[in-house]
Amino acid sequence: MSVDPATVKKVARLARIRVDDAELPALADEVNGILHFVEQLQSVDVTGVAPLTSVVHRSLPLRADVITDGGDPEKVLANAPDRLESFFTVPKVVE
Amino acid sequence: MASELTRLSLAEAREGLRARKFSAVELTRAYLGAMEAARGLNAYITETPDLALEAAAASDARLASGAAGSLEGLPLAIKDLYCTKGVLTTAASHILDGFTPTYESTVTTSLWREGAVMLGKANMDEFAMGGSNENSYYGPVVNPWRRNGDTAALVPGGSSGGSAAAVAADLCVAALGTDTGGSIRQPAAFTGTVGIKPTYGRCSRFGIIAFASSLEQAGPMTKTVTDAAILLGAIAGHDPHDSTSVPVPVPDYTAALTGDLRGKKIGIPREYRVDGMPAEIEKWWQQGADWLRAAGAEVVEVSLPHSKYALPAYYIVAPAEASSNLARYDGVRFGLRVPGKDLTEMYENTRGQGFGAEVRRRILIGTYVLSAGYYDAYYTRAQKLRRLIANDFETAFETVDAILAPTTPSAAFASGEKADPIAMYLGDVFTVTANLAGLPAMSVPAGLSAEGLPLGLQVIGKAFDEAGVLNVGYALERAAAFNAKPAAWWRA
Repeated sequence: MSVDPATVKKVARLARIRVDDAELPALADEVNGILHFVEQLQSVDVTGVAPLTSVVHRSLPLRADVITDGGDPEKVLANAPDRLESFFTVPKVVE
Repeated sequence: MASELTRLSLAEAREGLRARKFSAVELTRAYLGAMEAARGLNAYITETPDLALEAAAASDARLASGAAGSLEGLPLAIKDLYCTKGVLTTAASHILDGFTPTYESTVTTSLWREGAVMLGKANMDEFAMGGSNENSYYGPVVNPWRRNGDTAALVPGGSSGGSAAAVAADLCVAALGTDTGGSIRQPAAFTGTVGIKPTYGRCSRFGIIAFASSLEQAGPMTKTVTDAAILLGAIAGHDPHDSTSVPVPVPDYTAALTGDLRGKKIGIPREYRVDGMPAEIEKWWQQGADWLRAAGAEVVEVSLPHSKYALPAYYIVAPAEASSNLARYDGVRFGLRVPGKDLTEMYENTRGQGFGAEVRRRILIGTYVLSAGYYDAYYTRAQKLRRLIANDFETAFETVDAILAPTTPSAAFASGEKADPIAMYLGDVFTVTANLAGLPAMSVPAGLSAEGLPLGLQVIGKAFDEAGVLNVGYALERAAAFNAKPAAWWRA
């Protein structure tokens, strides 16, 4: 499988990363290089093999569903590039 | 006097502090002076001299009153991937401009509780993606080591390149790194230092800026194996804030360091003899096996048949996790914001300008392999290969106690030498398997290459057997008696 510049543009859009059109062909080459490199996995017979999602051989622990933290908006907002009172701000999304 | 102090190992410095041969403030000042004279190495992104001296003075008071912790007064470098409360934390990325955490990571909290002193935040590859420390927004780190008779700048390895360079150049007594595919062990090998990646789940990841959550672990980077045992003992343990940290007891790692390997079996994985492996790497690997035999171990060949699929599996799993983890950098809650005419354009502009080339590449790969129609062909298949790789180790560990391999397929290379991403990725060929299988693994300096550069040997152990890994490392360290130091050419 390989990708063309139009596909890279679409993937960059999905990832919300602006990429100049002029960069797309070179980026497609790089992505194809990596896809070509991982292609060798297709040659392995993985019939009946369960995917490994975690190397920790135990189920995730549960705890009581109670509030253990929070109530500190100043800490939460301390690094916001822009804020208004106790809120993060974004460009206008509703006309 | 100052340079004598900075040459001490962590264990020696601890002894000196406890015996009041010198004060924590004196020791800290010696390191701050060394750091100032070594700015050309670019090992630190942020130096914190005022905080360090304040902490050192408090340590001296505790040393005087008999209330000293296990790391009291010992000055450390912390990879800039750990959130440190009130201190700029960048992950070496433009996108975290100005980010000053309001909380502290669990493992650094443990260090400060034991009295350790932070000298500063160590440089690294952006978001821990890289094997040369050339991917930092704050500029590359220079390896303190140079080839014989050559002044060309070499890379310190990555991604924990600043931590490794700082330990090798005596700019800290020890450092913290993180290891997702080899990011502690490979730079340790390139700089003649010791580094251990613990078992996945041994140390808390809370407060470590996430790259590939199923693979990464915190770990020490030190001058000696004993120092690694001391530091690992301080940072290991269960943390309710990290649901993947495992509630098992932490043994006394220093007590495990006997160097006696009688009754132990060490495996040599035949698949690690890769095509084109330099004769020198093979030679030191053989030497390592001989040293372990001399320490009483039986050395046998083992097979890890799926090893060659580890790197391609890693370069699907890690970018997939990265693309998901790095979705949080949106210009809204922290770090850089680049304006746009609407919300989507603001996201795209921020992320377009905020991420460097390698990070962008990995996010794109990760997004692609997780996208509709490709998920099973790439991501699920890579996870199946990951299972086969983990099974290989499980089978091998039915007959052996630990595995010996080279850490890297070469010594440190020159800056700019590996422009092709794949060539860079191949540097992790021997280290990435332990991350995929979640196993503890360490690098110990073996000796110098013909060009005068350090080479490392790697010990991979059973899950949660860091003690066994450290003891094999200790046997290697004793036999190798590696005490070479780089010439301090960087001092102005």
